[in-house]
Amino acid sequence: MAQYDVIIIGGGPGGYNAGIRAGQLGLKAAVVEKRTTLGGTCLNVGCMPSKALLHASELYEAAGGEFATLGIEVKPKLNLVQMMKQKADSVTALTKGIEFLFKKNKVEWIKGAGKITGPGKVEVTAEDGSVTTLEAKNIVIATGSEPTPLPGVTIDQQRIVDSTGALSLPEVPGSLIVIGAGIIGLELGSVWRRLGSKVTVVEFLDRITPGMDAETAKTFQRSLTKQGVEFKLGAKVTGATASKKGVSLTVEPVAGGAAETLEAEYVLVAIGRRPYTEGLGLENVGITPDKRGFIETDHFKTSAPGVWAIGDAIHGPMLAHKAEEDSVACIEMIAGKYGHVDYNLVPSVVYTYPEVAWVGQTEEQLKEAGVAYKVGKFPFSANSRAKINHETEGFAKVLADAKTDEILGVHIVGPQAGEMIGEYCVAMAFKAASEDIARVCHPHPTRSEAGRQAAMGVEGWTMQA
Amino acid sequence: MADIMTPALGESVTEATVARWTKKAGDAVRKDEILVELETDKVSLEVAAPADGVLEFIAAEEGATVEPGAVLGRLAEGAVASAPAAAPAPKAEAPKPAPAPAPAPAAAPAAAAPLAPSAQRIVAENNLDAGAIAGSGKAGRVTKGDALAALEARANAPAAPASPAAPREIHAREERVRMTRLRQTIARRLKEAQNAAAMLTTFNEVDMSAVMALRNQYKDGFEKSHGVKLGFMSFFVKAVIHGLKHVPDVNAEIDGTDVIYKNHYDIGVAVGTEKGLVVPVLRDADALSLSGIEKGIGALGKKARDGQLALEDLQGGTFTISNGGVYGSLMSTPILNAPQSGILGMHKIQERPMAVNGQVVIRPMMYLALSYDHRIVDGQGAVTFLVKVKEAIEDPQRLLLDV
Repeated sequence: MAQYDVIIIGGGPGGYNAGIRAGQLGLKAAVVEKRTTLGGTCLNVGCMPSKALLHASELYEAAGGEFATLGIEVKPKLNLVQMMKQKADSVTALTKGIEFLFKKNKVEWIKGAGKITGPGKVEVTAEDGSVTTLEAKNIVIATGSEPTPLPGVTIDQQRIVDSTGALSLPEVPGSLIVIGAGIIGLELGSVWRRLGSKVTVVEFLDRITPGMDAETAKTFQRSLTKQGVEFKLGAKVTGATASKKGVSLTVEPVAGGAAETLEAEYVLVAIGRRPYTEGLGLENVGITPDKRGFIETDHFKTSAPGVWAIGDAIHGPMLAHKAEEDSVACIEMIAGKYGHVDYNLVPSVVYTYPEVAWVGQTEEQLKEAGVAYKVGKFPFSANSRAKINHETEGFAKVLADAKTDEILGVHIVGPQAGEMIGEYCVAMAFKAASEDIARVCHPHPTRSEAGRQAAMGVEGWTMQA
Repeated sequence: MADIMTPALGESVTEATVARWTKKAGDAVRKDEILVELETDKVSLEVAAPADGVLEFIAAEEGATVEPGAVLGRLAEGAVASAPAAAPAPKAEAPKPAPAPAPAPAAAPAAAAPLAPSAQRIVAENNLDAGAIAGSGKAGRVTKGDALAALEARANAPAAPASPAAPREIHAREERVRMTRLRQTIARRLKEAQNAAAMLTTFNEVDMSAVMALRNQYKDGFEKSHGVKLGFMSFFVKAVIHGLKHVPDVNAEIDGTDVIYKNHYDIGVAVGTEKGLVVPVLRDADALSLSGIEKGIGALGKKARDGQLALEDLQGGTFTISNGGVYGSLMSTPILNAPQSGILGMHKIQERPMAVNGQVVIRPMMYLALSYDHRIVDGQGAVTFLVKVKEAIEDPQRLLLDV
């Protein structure tokens, strides 16, 4: 029976990074993954393929509209098969890349579904049904999450799809209803709207993207509306009937009132994700997930000795980069080192047009906590690079402690916001003050200057607006 | 070409101040000729030319602080004196050893982490001492909040003594002189001792008749046999060791929540020099004869006055004797030489009328003072110690018999 220092169950961003870090630290490590490729949801049916379609569809839309204003006259023709193929090619290259990294770091990939059968024991059932039992000093649960189903709306992956299905629709829907105005729903809704769909977003809450700074969310929603996305907020979906040609959806106002029926060719259910912790044999080591399926941990240690958990399976933002941070800290702790993740510094990005990115606290959170803060804000309409590129939507906003000037939160809405937020992640990790950004030379002309001008604004010396 | 380097300064000494250059750039120098004098917390030392040649340039000017291994200047070997070469940007910084891997869990404070731009501004605008601000940022870095807090703390401090960053105006008939490093160290150590110890002083007096008679009787023979004069110090050193053996607490030191007892008797003897007070240490004084003690003290005193004391001469004393009597002091309360727990103050011998057996007689008397750390030495121990010293001086035969 093979004996490992650490066996990781799940080969997504949490699991594969855990494997690599373990290999780097000289631990004998194996990753159990039941998919036929590594990379988990993120690489196979999540972040990566959605970004492939977002990029391609954005260019398609630009070619059909904005190009003409730049003096480029073309009439784009959509080849959906090719668009899907380039997506698949990229995904394949990325998953192969992880296989290479495993070899490089001497991490074993054990194909099959893992199940904990007792302390230090993992049973792996391969695709052909054969069962192997492995032994490990440490077991890391990195099984991730799956789309949360919506009662009354059965996913058939034909007309009613989840995020996985929405990444591979066989045609551009004439109409698409997205249930859930979260990040996934808005990204995939954007893809299909750009390719020609009439998109309606139905959201239970009275706002979009819960968790996002409210002012930022409002600006973001205005942009999407201008692009043609229709929003039905405060609306509850109570039932769905799928036919060969489409779906008929029953929607009721949350506040009460008459139900209405909405028709669309396709429906995307994107109301969130839930931990994927069923069938893992947790009961065999005395771990009971909470009622939403999350495993309770103390610095990644579960209640069972030698069993650890990271990523979407535990509390915290359900994001690939958060899982990656967890993995490094968890493995370093297993190796007897120091590991720590500050969840306040896990950034979020929405890869729509405009993008939205933020890190730290929202204004609502600061008010709730009674923290005195100052705001610096700078519109991209006053940023030279944004103007030159005709991309002036949005703003950068910096929130800083009123007394110490420490940056507490940064919210950016605008193209490439996701690339801009990293600067502030570093700054905040070093407890930087807004003045620290304001006094650092930024390249001109770039969008990053807007981030600096916003920082200047905290102490009232924004110079270019 | 030969770099003139700062030599190793000894255990626990990390930097020195360049006190004086005896040569200037362009001067011809001989091998072993003194080029520059350095001052450390404890000693002065001289750096000689490593070879014949010309002092090409001076990298560390007078007043600069240098670390062991730092370049002081450069010698062009075998060259002939000429116009001085332009010195490259003065660099007093020594090449730093590679940092040891930090222990994993605790974030080690970054001693010299560069200041954040905001903290840099606040420090510069307000003359704050960046090194004195406790950093709360990543790995102990000073954040803007920390700098602002330091500024606020200074504003709230009750009439702080003139900070070195903001020297007060000099009036017409005043003169400002920089404290030597030795003086600064003395000042700091004395204050540290006062702050750390629960210090108090107990007094006694001693009739010097017996020791003086003994000395008068034997001084010529002693000098003839040993080649050194018989003084009073040797008797006091012997008497002190006699007392320390009876009251070991006075020869101990506090280390955290422990007490370290020392089964050796290394007696510091305070010596006044031109530059200030130094306390060279007489090693294993309990094993020395009276003549051995006199020779040892004589040698240390000469070294001190000549500025030749080595670091080893100053470290590791277990008890100190200070003699204010040489300047005429009748009574004083000496300050402990930390981390020691006791210091004996000797004073001027003065004839005073004393009542002896119901008669008034004139006796040569000396007041004795023992300052001690009450945290470790209790009152009984301190008084007992001083009485033991007194008895041994008044009746030196006790030393012979160890009673």
